[in-house]
Amino acid sequence: MKTPLAILSVVAAFATSALAESQTFDFKDPKGVNNVVFKLDAPLESINGSASGISGKVTFDPAKPADTRGKIVIEAESLNVPNSMMKGHMHGEQWLDVKKHKEITFETKELKNVKTKGNETTADAVGTFTLKGVSKEITIPVKLTYLPDKLSARTPNLKGDLLVIRSTFTIKRSDFNIQAGQNEDKVSDEIELTLAIAGAAAK
Amino acid sequence: MKSAFRILAVLIAVAALIYWAAAGANLGWNKNRVQVKVTDEVTGIDQILWQDKFIPGLEFLSMSLGGAALLGAASFLFRNKKSQTSNQS
Repeated sequence: MKTPLAILSVVAAFATSALAESQTFDFKDPKGVNNVVFKLDAPLESINGSASGISGKVTFDPAKPADTRGKIVIEAESLNVPNSMMKGHMHGEQWLDVKKHKEITFETKELKNVKTKGNETTADAVGTFTLKGVSKEITIPVKLTYLPDKLSARTPNLKGDLLVIRSTFTIKRSDFNIQAGQNEDKVSDEIELTLAIAGAAAK
Repeated sequence: MKSAFRILAVLIAVAALIYWAAAGANLGWNKNRVQVKVTDEVTGIDQILWQDKFIPGLEFLSMSLGGAALLGAASFLFRNKKSQTSNQS
């Protein structure tokens, strides 16, 4: 009786490893949990805001995390700050011009310095960051957390995996033609972005 | 009338200071909405919700104290009752 059980478990292990292939994770989040927090210094106080209009797709293979590729899109109009007048200025033509430039995107080209421990992978993601119509290649540190079979815990009636991506990095607004060299006494040139998003791959 | 203006000015200044201090003594700009974080148990991500709430900042304080100062200054436009009676005698 022991032998057939052992054979079965070996077959199951092979089947699982064969199934472990690259999956496409969708970051469109109907619950609105995914967010990007941005922080920039100003003389009176630091301005903290967030964006929730996130979508995009990332292809991830738990066996080959270095092959991770994808694109994350942030709806520019979803950027929010605590002061409505400030939000109006930020969305306006002189700053982000969200009516014209509706999306902020990051598209990966490659992952460097990939280190995996269990379900967690850290790496430096090289990709193209596009803001206000200006694209620039940047490298950002990322942490990928693979959560197998956790989709049902978040969305009942759906089976599948989750992939959580976290990253904190800094950009300069002057690099993206946002009031370059102007108003630096009011709003700092550097903007800190913190990304915390989860994507789902249903089975 | 002079006293009424001065009392009103002091009341406005004190009320504004108490309201500002009670709302957290915000040394930044006025806020119309605040962030509330709710942690998603599965992913550990902090969901950020925005709630409409007015937090008075330095604009509120400066406008209130400025208004009170204007009222106080306006009180000097009125003559004292005592000085009027002494002039008449």
